[in-house]
Amino acid sequence: MDELLQEFLTETNEGLGYLDVELVKLEQNPNDPDILSNIFRLMHTIKGTCGFLGLPRLEAVAHAGENVLGKVRDGDVEVTPGLVSIVLECLDRIRLILGALEETEAEPVGDDSELIARLETVAEGWDAEQLTQPVASDALETGSDAPSEEAASVPTAEDSAADETVSEVDPEQADEDVPVELAEIEATEENIVEMVQPGEEVVAVVSNDGAGGGQPPAPEMEAGDQGQPRESSVANQSIRVNVELLENLMTMVSELVLNRNQLLQILRTHKDSDFAAPLQRLNHVVSELQEGVMKTRMQPIGNAWAKLPRIVRDLSQDMHKKIDLQMKGADTELDRQVLELIKDPLTHMVRNSADHGLETTEGRRAAGKPETGTIVLNAYHEGGHIIIQITDDGRGLNTDKIKEKALANGLTTEAELANMNEQQIMQFIFKPGFSTAQEVTSVSGRGVGMDVVRSNIEKIGGNVELTSKYGKGTSFTIKIPLTLAIVSALIVESASERFAIPQLAVIELVRASANSDHSIERINDTPVLRLRNRLLPLVNLSELLKLEREDDESEKDQFIVVAKVGTYSFGIIVDRVFDTEEIVVKPVAPILRDITLFSGNTILGDGSVVMILDPNGIAGETGELTVTEGMEGMAEQKAAKSDDTVAMLLFKAGSEAPKAVPLGLVARLEEIDRETIETSGGQPVVQYRGQLMPLITMDSHQALEGTGRQQVLVFTDRNRSMGLVVDSILDIVEEPLNIELGGEHQGYIGSATIAGKATDIIDTGYFLTQAYSDWFQADGKLEGDSASNRILLVDDSPFFRNLLAPLLSSAGYNVTSVEGADAALELCEAGEDFDVILSDIEMPGMSGFEFAAAVRANRWSETPLVALSGHASPNDFARGRAAGFSDYVTKFDRAGLLASLNETLSNMRGAA
Amino acid sequence: MNDLERMKSGLMEAEGAKEFVTFYIGDQLFGIHVLQVQDILSNVRTTRIPLAPPEITGSLNLRGRIVTAINVRLRIGLPPLEGAQSGMSIVVDHHGELYSLMVDSVGEVMPLQSEDFERSPPTISPRLKEYSEGIYRLKDRLLVVLNIERLLDFGRASAA
Repeated sequence: MDELLQEFLTETNEGLGYLDVELVKLEQNPNDPDILSNIFRLMHTIKGTCGFLGLPRLEAVAHAGENVLGKVRDGDVEVTPGLVSIVLECLDRIRLILGALEETEAEPVGDDSELIARLETVAEGWDAEQLTQPVASDALETGSDAPSEEAASVPTAEDSAADETVSEVDPEQADEDVPVELAEIEATEENIVEMVQPGEEVVAVVSNDGAGGGQPPAPEMEAGDQGQPRESSVANQSIRVNVELLENLMTMVSELVLNRNQLLQILRTHKDSDFAAPLQRLNHVVSELQEGVMKTRMQPIGNAWAKLPRIVRDLSQDMHKKIDLQMKGADTELDRQVLELIKDPLTHMVRNSADHGLETTEGRRAAGKPETGTIVLNAYHEGGHIIIQITDDGRGLNTDKIKEKALANGLTTEAELANMNEQQIMQFIFKPGFSTAQEVTSVSGRGVGMDVVRSNIEKIGGNVELTSKYGKGTSFTIKIPLTLAIVSALIVESASERFAIPQLAVIELVRASANSDHSIERINDTPVLRLRNRLLPLVNLSELLKLEREDDESEKDQFIVVAKVGTYSFGIIVDRVFDTEEIVVKPVAPILRDITLFSGNTILGDGSVVMILDPNGIAGETGELTVTEGMEGMAEQKAAKSDDTVAMLLFKAGSEAPKAVPLGLVARLEEIDRETIETSGGQPVVQYRGQLMPLITMDSHQALEGTGRQQVLVFTDRNRSMGLVVDSILDIVEEPLNIELGGEHQGYIGSATIAGKATDIIDTGYFLTQAYSDWFQADGKLEGDSASNRILLVDDSPFFRNLLAPLLSSAGYNVTSVEGADAALELCEAGEDFDVILSDIEMPGMSGFEFAAAVRANRWSETPLVALSGHASPNDFARGRAAGFSDYVTKFDRAGLLASLNETLSNMRGAA
Repeated sequence: MNDLERMKSGLMEAEGAKEFVTFYIGDQLFGIHVLQVQDILSNVRTTRIPLAPPEITGSLNLRGRIVTAINVRLRIGLPPLEGAQSGMSIVVDHHGELYSLMVDSVGEVMPLQSEDFERSPPTISPRLKEYSEGIYRLKDRLLVVLNIERLLDFGRASAA
C-alpha cells in the first residue's frame, strides 16, 4: 500500500477515535470553547489531508462536517444532541470510506449528497431532530462497496511516522509466525466484493443509526462502541511506540547479547557442563530476540525517498526538463538510525542528478537521446550491507572541466593530473568546494557539495563509488551497513593491548615476516608493504597510539590489517589477530571524545573492555584521507605493463632511500672535481665541454663545497646540458617498471619496486625546468619546419606519456597523447589528422600491432606509424614492419626516436 | 565489592548531617557524598586507553556498563604511588556516565555534621583547591570533600 495513504489511514483512524470522545464531551458541555476548537481542528485536519491526497468523496463529507462545526464554533448554531449525532454520523461515513480505502486503495463508489444535504441544513440552523432521514438507500450502496472485516487482513507495511520521535511497530513484523493471509493481499476488487458478507452487518448498523438519527445518542455511550461499523484493520495491526522505548529495548537486548556471549565463552572451557543444553536454548532465543528487536528498528528505504518524486517534479517544472524518476527496491529495509542519516545525502544526490546530471530537453534532443531523462534509484541488500544506486542517463562527468576546476582551485597540478586516469580525476568532485555546475542554480550549488555527502556516508561506515561516462550518464553506488548498533569487528592486539576494528573496513589480512613472501620495507622510516605488485602504505598501530612496547616484540611476525576508507587503502600493522566478534558499539566517555582514533568502545565476550578503532580517524591521522586512487584502473595498467622491462639507473641522493631514473634519459655519468664548481646567478655551475652546465641538487640544502670528486648525472637536450648531483650511483637494473603511488612530492613521478626495494622514480622534467625554466618551451626553429608536425602518441602508461610528450614538444612537435588504441581511433573518427603516429606495442585491449592494422584500414592509412617498444630484436622489427609500422624505435632511445621521426617525416614529404 | 544498598538504606541521614564515603590518598582523608557513589570496587582489571590523559587509567566493565577509571592521585597533582596499588576504587555517576575513582584505600561511610564544615583554606595546593568543596573538622583529623563535578570536568582542566 502507498506509504502516504497508509500513514493517512492510521492517523485519521486515531483522529476519528478521538473525535468520537470529544463530540460526546461536547454534548455534555456544549459551551466549552476548548473542546469545540479541538474538534474543529481535528475535522479540519482530516478534510485538509483528504484534499491533499485527492480523495474527493471523503473531502466532501469532511467538509460538510467541518462546516457544521465551524458554525457551532462561531456561535451561529447551538449544540444539540441532534447536531452531535449527525456529526457522528458524518464521522461514521468517513470511517466507512476509510475502510474501503484501506482494502482497495481507492474511494468506494457512493453518494453522500443526502448526508451532506442534511449536514448543510443543520449548518443553516435547523435542528437536526426535526429532520427525517431516508438514510438506508445510499448507505446500502456504500455498504455493499465496502468489504467487511474478513477481507481486511492486509498486512501493514512497517510504517514510518513522519514524526521524528515516533515510529510504528507492526506486530506482525515482530513475529514472523503469524500467518498472513497472503491470498487476501493479492485480492482484486472483485474478490473482495465476493468475500464481503453481503454487507448486512454494515447496513444494519448504519440503518439503525439512521433510524435513530433523530434521537440523541446515549451520553454515556463509549466512543469505541459508537455506531462504529467496524474496526480499522490498519489501526489494529500497527501500534505507535515511542522511539526512545525501542532504543532502550535495543540497548537491553544488546546487553543480553553480550551476556550470552560471555556465557558461551565460559561454556567453551567447560565442555561437559549441565548448563550446555539450557545455554544453547538461551543462545537461540536471544538470537531471535535480537533479530526481532532489530526488525523493529528496520524501515523501508522508501521512507527516505518519499519526498523525492515531489522534489524531482518541482525541479522538472522549474528547469523545463522532462524527468522520469524510477524507484526500485523501495521496500528494502534498513535501520531507522541509518535511514535518518542517509536521507539528506540521498536527496542531495538526486537533486544533483536532476539539476546538473540531466540535460535540458533541447540538450537531450541534440545529443540524440530521448527527451525524458531518467533517474533510477535502486536499493538492494548485499551481505550485511544495503546498496543504493543513483543512476542518471544525463551528460555524465566532463573530466576536462573537472581538471580545469581542480587546477583553478589549486587542488592539484598539471603533472599530477597527467598521471591520473579518468576515475581518479572524477574523484575530485568529492573535494570540498567543488562544483562543476556553470552557475549556481536555486536547486544545487548552494555550498553543500558532494564532500558533505561523502563524509556523511562515511560517518556511518559506508562508502560512495562513482562511475561516469561523458555523454552517457553518471552512476553513484552507496554501500552502507544495515545497522550501526551491532557490528562485526576484528579483534587485534598491539603492544599487549587489544582493539576492535570494524570488519566493514577490513579488506584482508596479511602476515608479514622476514622470511615470508611479504615483508615490511621502509622508505626512509615509513613502512610500506608490497602487495600484489602494489605498494601499500602502512601505519604501525603501536606507534599511532603511542603504546610502549618491549623491543624484542618488533622482531616477531607481524600482521597487517588491510583497510579501505573510501578508495584509500592502507595497512595497519598489529602484533596479533584474534577472532571476529559481534560487538555492541558504545560511545566513549565524554572526556575521551576528542581522540579521533576511536569510534567507541565495547565489552567483549570475555568481559573485557576494548576500544574500537575508527578507520576514518586512522586514515585522517596518516594525512591521506582525501587521497583517492582508482584501484581498478591502476590494476589494469599494471597488468599491461608488466612485461615491459626498462633499464633504470639506481642512485642515492639526499637521503638513504634509493632513487631511479630511466637510463635512456641520462646522457652521461660524470665525475667532476668539487673545486671546479662555480656560482653563476646564484646557481652552482660547472664548465663542461665549453659550456656552463647548471648543477641541480635533489635536496636544495645539499652543500657542494669541499674537495674531492662529485658524481653527476648529465642530461642533455640539443645543445644544452644539466647536471644532477648525486651521492653515489648504485646500479643499473633492467626490470619491469610498475609505478605506484602517484607523485606526492615535486620532483618525483612516484615509487616503484626495483631490485626488490621500494625506490623513488625522479621526474627529470622537474629538474630540467629547475635548471632552465624554459627547457620545454624550446622554439621550434631549431628543428626547422617540425613545428607544424602533429604527432599522435599512443601509450597506455601515463609515465611514458609524461616523459615523451614534453620531450617531443621540446623538439617542436605538436603532441596529442592518448592512453590507448581505442581512444586513438576515436580521434580518427572525430576527424583529427596527424602527421605521424607513435604507438606503444604492449597495450591493454588492442595491442600496437592490432592498432596498426586498424589504422592501415581506415582514413589514416597514409599516416606513417612509428612503433615504440621495450623490445627491439630483429624479429620484433620484422613483425612491426609487417603490421604496417614504418619504423621501430626502442623506448628511451631519445636520439633514435627524434631521428626516426625526422626521417619518417622527410620521407613522407619526399614522397608527396 | 561492598553491598552499597545496605550501606545507603541502613544509614539514614540525620538532621544537619550528611553521609560521606571516605577514602585515603596518602595520609589525607577525603570524602565523597554518599548519594553520588554507585559502587565500591577492588582489584579491577582496566583496559588502557591510548592517547588519553595520563590520569585516565583505562576503562573497565561494571555489570555490562563501561566505566572510565581515573587515578585521583594523579588528578589532584600527586605523584603516582610507589609499589603496588590497592586497586580500590569508588564508582560515581556523573551526568549518566560512570567513572571509577582509583584511591589508595577506602575507609567507611561517615555521617558528618554541617557545623564542622568550612571552606578550604586558601593556602592549599591550587589543584586540590580546584577539586575540593571544603573541609570537615573531625576530632582527630581533617576530611577534604571532593567536588565530583569539577574533578571530572576534563574539558575545563585542559582549557585552563
